[in-house]
Amino acid sequence: MLEDKDRIFTNLYGFHDWRLKAARARGAWDGTKQILERGHEAIIDEVKASGLRGRGGAGFPTGLKWSFMPKQSDGRPNYVVINADESEPGTCKDRDIMRHDPHLLIEGALIASFAMRAHTCYIYIRGEFIAEREVLQAAIDEAYDAKLIGNNNINGWDFELYLCHGAGAYICGEETALLESLEGKKGMPRLKPPFPANVGLYGAPTTVNNVESIAVVPDIMRRGAAWFSALGKPNNTGTKLFCISGHVNEPCNVEEEMGIPLRELIDKHAGGVRGGWDNLLAVIPGGSSVPCIPARECSDLPMDFDSLKELKTGLGTAAVIVMDKSTDIIRAIARLSYFYKHESCGQCTPCREGTGWMWRVLERMAKGEAEKAEIDMLLDVSYQIEGHTICALGDAAAWPVQGLIRHFRHVIEARIDARATKPIAPSVPVAAE
Amino acid sequence: MSVRRLAAEQPEAFAFSPDNLKWAKGQIAKFPGGRQASAVLALLWRAQEQCGGWLPEPALRYIADMLGMAYIRVYENATFYTMFNLAPVGRYYVQLCGTTPCWLRDADALKSVCRKMIGAPGHVTEDGMFSWSEVECLGACVNAPVVQINKDYYEDLTPESFERVLNDLRDGKKVKPGPQNGRHSSEPIGFKAAHPDSILVSETKADERR
Repeated sequence: MLEDKDRIFTNLYGFHDWRLKAARARGAWDGTKQILERGHEAIIDEVKASGLRGRGGAGFPTGLKWSFMPKQSDGRPNYVVINADESEPGTCKDRDIMRHDPHLLIEGALIASFAMRAHTCYIYIRGEFIAEREVLQAAIDEAYDAKLIGNNNINGWDFELYLCHGAGAYICGEETALLESLEGKKGMPRLKPPFPANVGLYGAPTTVNNVESIAVVPDIMRRGAAWFSALGKPNNTGTKLFCISGHVNEPCNVEEEMGIPLRELIDKHAGGVRGGWDNLLAVIPGGSSVPCIPARECSDLPMDFDSLKELKTGLGTAAVIVMDKSTDIIRAIARLSYFYKHESCGQCTPCREGTGWMWRVLERMAKGEAEKAEIDMLLDVSYQIEGHTICALGDAAAWPVQGLIRHFRHVIEARIDARATKPIAPSVPVAAE
Repeated sequence: MSVRRLAAEQPEAFAFSPDNLKWAKGQIAKFPGGRQASAVLALLWRAQEQCGGWLPEPALRYIADMLGMAYIRVYENATFYTMFNLAPVGRYYVQLCGTTPCWLRDADALKSVCRKMIGAPGHVTEDGMFSWSEVECLGACVNAPVVQINKDYYEDLTPESFERVLNDLRDGKKVKPGPQNGRHSSEPIGFKAAHPDSILVSETKADERR
């Protein structure tokens, strides 16, 4: 269990004040100038050494990503964009950072932008987070007033930080769709390459990072890469915010060490599975986009990128969605399929048509109104979508369906059988009498 | 994708109020010269607020003209981003999250409350007070089930507490947003009492950290 001394988010639940004075008392903005004085490369090296992997779902090493940014400008500015478009079903960690500990994010934005030689940073927050937006903007204003950021600030790196918002499109959490949206267009992902580090916002080199990835950087710099990498496991280091939702007794957000066993996470922090551990049916371990895993694989499972990958699922955003035995698992996944159908931007045909197709088939399967041969057809279609679209939304829509069929094919089959054996109620009155 | 079209009946004209006009100029100033289109979502959102929760067509043209954008570029934004309401809504517009984490915690029961107290999705009550729609994940999953009413999230709802919120709003009573079950925010319920010495709770512990 993570000790208090190793916590980064000391105001995760908002019991303390988020404002600058209180945030400083908790350690934010402490020695920021000295951190910047270490130089661009030293900061990137420290982040690399910490082993920090991106907290937005893909788990790409943050320091490595930063090192892709041009060191010499060809006349174009460098931009840092912070992805606060938190919309992955199950995930609500960045919300707590922004409303309860916004100064960690703002300080991280300065350090990251300095490391990548950017003087301008945009934070793109989802449109629904209106109260969070107001808090974050107020915190940014405080930082400007205290000359922590802005031109000629006390930290010695001219830095403008702007807060922008979306308007209800999940796809804008995809980094290139986010950039399109930030440019005032529909959020339709761009083809890669060119990657944003070469051609990003307004055609200039850009790095997009998740809120949590940025907010942990000041603490990594203050306490050192060795401290961070000693937490967790090799290649899966540090602390992580977990969101535990669904059928648990006490759903919550919690900061824990990477690699904590799933059962410990649920039992110690979320009050256990509703009706006890034996009542567990399945878990979606990393937000709606990753395949679910059945209870039998859950007990000793370490919650980190590599362990979950071995089980053909993923840590994603570390949003654990727990389902007990009362759950209609087909309906639960069908509802996710509806989500992806609703959120597909419509650009690529496999995704635009396929997400709706999968949803309609799953709705029928939930009622048992299907043929068993259609299960394999559904699986086949999911593979036709996966990997055949510009962005990963197609993959994200396919994986939950694949997880369902991989582990719960028998449930689908049983439902089809149950319906087939049921005598058909006479719906039309018989005429001959 | 969701198919969305502009409402058949539209007002004659739209213009920002003087305050909003000033605010809009500040938004445009966030972006480099020539990149004023970046402010389009912020301006559309403010226009929607000014119009009582929906976005009439003249506002789209007004903003397009202000930002030097082709009308179609603003129209397609308005139809793409689902937070823009293209037809009038109630004074209290309820967005009910129906995605799996909320559904697992019985968002369907909240839907029944909406049907009973408001009517079909999209319908505005006779008194103009309420309308509702089902939306996709609102991003407060550990506080499921959740609804957003105008700016505020109402969390950890039961059919009873949700009905109470709606009734109180209708009666003009003060309603506290956030969790409706006594929880502070996203902590395990009862965390503060159970862990008074935690750095997350104790002011002195938190201050010692520096």
